[in-house]
Amino acid sequence: MSQKFTTLTSLAAPLLEDNIDTDIIIPSREMKTTGKTGLAAGLFAGRRYLGARTPDPDFILNRPGFGAAAIIIAGDNFGCGSSREHAVWALLEYGIRAVIAPGFAPIFAGNAVNNGLLPLVLPRAAIAILAAASGPLHIDLPAQRVSCAGSDFKFAVTAEAKAQLLEGLDPIDLTLQHAASIAVWQADDRQRRPWVYL
Amino acid sequence: MPSLFDKLWDSHVIAAMPGGASLIAIDRVFLHERTGAAALNSLAAAGRAVADPARAFAAMDHIVDTFPGRSDVTQMPGGTAFITETRAAARAAGIRLFDIGDPDQGIVHVVSPELGIILPGLTLVAPDSHSCTQGAFGALAWGIGTSAAEHALATGSLRLQRPPSMRVSFGGRLPAGVTAKDMALALIAAHGAAGGQGHAIEFAGPAVMALAMEARMTLCNMATEFAAFTGFIAPDAVTFDWLHGRRYAPSGALWDRAVAAWRGLVSDADAVFDREIHVDVSDLAPMVSWGTSPAQAVPLGAPIPVFSGPGSRAAHDKALAYMGLAEGQSLIGLPIDAAFIGSCTNSRLSDLERAAAIVVGRRVAAGVRAIVVPGSSAVKRAAEARGLDRIFIDAGFEWRESGCSMCFFAGGESFGAGQRVISSTNRNFESRQGLGTRSHIASPETVAASAINGCIAAA
Ligand code: SF4
Repeated sequence: MSQKFTTLTSLAAPLLEDNIDTDIIIPSREMKTTGKTGLAAGLFAGRRYLGARTPDPDFILNRPGFGAAAIIIAGDNFGCGSSREHAVWALLEYGIRAVIAPGFAPIFAGNAVNNGLLPLVLPRAAIAILAAASGPLHIDLPAQRVSCAGSDFKFAVTAEAKAQLLEGLDPIDLTLQHAASIAVWQADDRQRRPWVYL
Repeated sequence: MPSLFDKLWDSHVIAAMPGGASLIAIDRVFLHERTGAAALNSLAAAGRAVADPARAFAAMDHIVDTFPGRSDVTQMPGGTAFITETRAAARAAGIRLFDIGDPDQGIVHVVSPELGIILPGLTLVAPDSHSCTQGAFGALAWGIGTSAAEHALATGSLRLQRPPSMRVSFGGRLPAGVTAKDMALALIAAHGAAGGQGHAIEFAGPAVMALAMEARMTLCNMATEFAAFTGFIAPDAVTFDWLHGRRYAPSGALWDRAVAAWRGLVSDADAVFDREIHVDVSDLAPMVSWGTSPAQAVPLGAPIPVFSGPGSRAAHDKALAYMGLAEGQSLIGLPIDAAFIGSCTNSRLSDLERAAAIVVGRRVAAGVRAIVVPGSSAVKRAAEARGLDRIFIDAGFEWRESGCSMCFFAGGESFGAGQRVISSTNRNFESRQGLGTRSHIASPETVAASAINGCIAAA
């Protein structure tokens, strides 16, 4: 059910701190329902608002032009902390489709790909150039390139993540195509490690 | 030649997937009420069943209150729905739930080992980043998101890229009063909160193998604060003795057969790792965090360091401003408003025993709110059988029901803005324990001593 990602042209909002954790992306108190929607208002709630939902004019997404940014440029270890997938759901619901960072927390990166949000890894030097660009960035996932006026960078992505993002594939459907191999593996494993099966 | 990680990984590969990923067999899935309903309801809505409900479990720990006499009603706005929907969804899916009032209720990462649900050589996933705690048993246990939890429940597997490997070898002998928590904080302070990024980390070396089982869990618990994929420790006699006789562990001849297999779960002498880190524990001291990342921690008594990177100067200054502290300042003697002993890091019986040994016969300082939250209902009963509850209560601590409690702020109970808390938990992020709350993380010993002194103090 995830969104497809092929190319994207958008202004990028720089949020160049390291260790932007999932509590910052969406505070726990903003996860008010048991579902996966209704989370956009809680995105960066601790930073975006002054008091009761008054936008803080200094926060990057509240600055002129950045309200429609679909790309965030961040520091290292983006999405660390809690495993909450709400961080990804909130970003997507708000309209963010890609985050560019020197590195991502592993759980966040997996959640992102599973939902159609591109976690794009680049070295700090490239990120500094992209963050300083005044115009929009262009991300081309098939070519694995990201560019701004005057610069162009190749990025790495695993073939699996790329295919999943391009096709918007449901990983459960993909895996269930291997149901027979899983059953065979489990039958063998029952002999090897009977104590695993309760 | 293979490392422990190679053995754990390779023994779970069902098939190679196109593009370099592997289909990895998942032996156990554990849910909690924070995200359990989301995963199970979404699965049901897609018309999918849980493939093997007998190997899936759920616990009430995150949202449920920890006040005595608690019910489905919580202080968190809307919290009741998380509890009742998780209960209904677990029942519909046929999953064993450790519910409010169940003698086995508690924090997932405390309950699962207690019941022998985690065992050496298993893969376990839970939609909770501290699942790595359970790697202490020589298992691969890691946190996942909700959609991956659905995937694991529906298929008994996950598609994964093989993570890079790391060995962190702790050599030397731990000085008295210095704990596994201090080892973890010292490692993260030295190498950064992203120091283990994405790695499968084996904690090894004499100082690790000398740790008791519960201390090993504390060490592995903090692997996620090091940005690791997960952390684990080779199982040995300490592990086997701890697990023997637990409810879901094998018994009789099957136990002997399992132990024989588990003895092979060690890194070969010539195993290779993508990265190696060595830490000598002989001169470690109790650690306490000063900032808003677990990497921002210093030995008790050392001054808050002048910024020297990595990361940004701005983040360093921001952390200091949030915490109301300055470079060069010593944390010893810093007045506190509250002290919290609990969480999946440090809420097991041995943690409470060590804290109680410091508290016994003394009083919490005037004006300090001090709280003990046992990690599970079983820990609570065992502590009460030993009279630890009396020691804490007589000293002025609140003695709570088990759960995550104020380890994290979900909109309900909190310590409040600007309050300075010393806490045996794992995260000192901004507003982790309440909007604007200033958290210092440390060992239970340091928390107990600070509660008594009314300021950050050595045990
Ligand atoms: S005790 Fe804290 S860190 Fe552990 S599972 Fe609960 S909320 Fe998470």
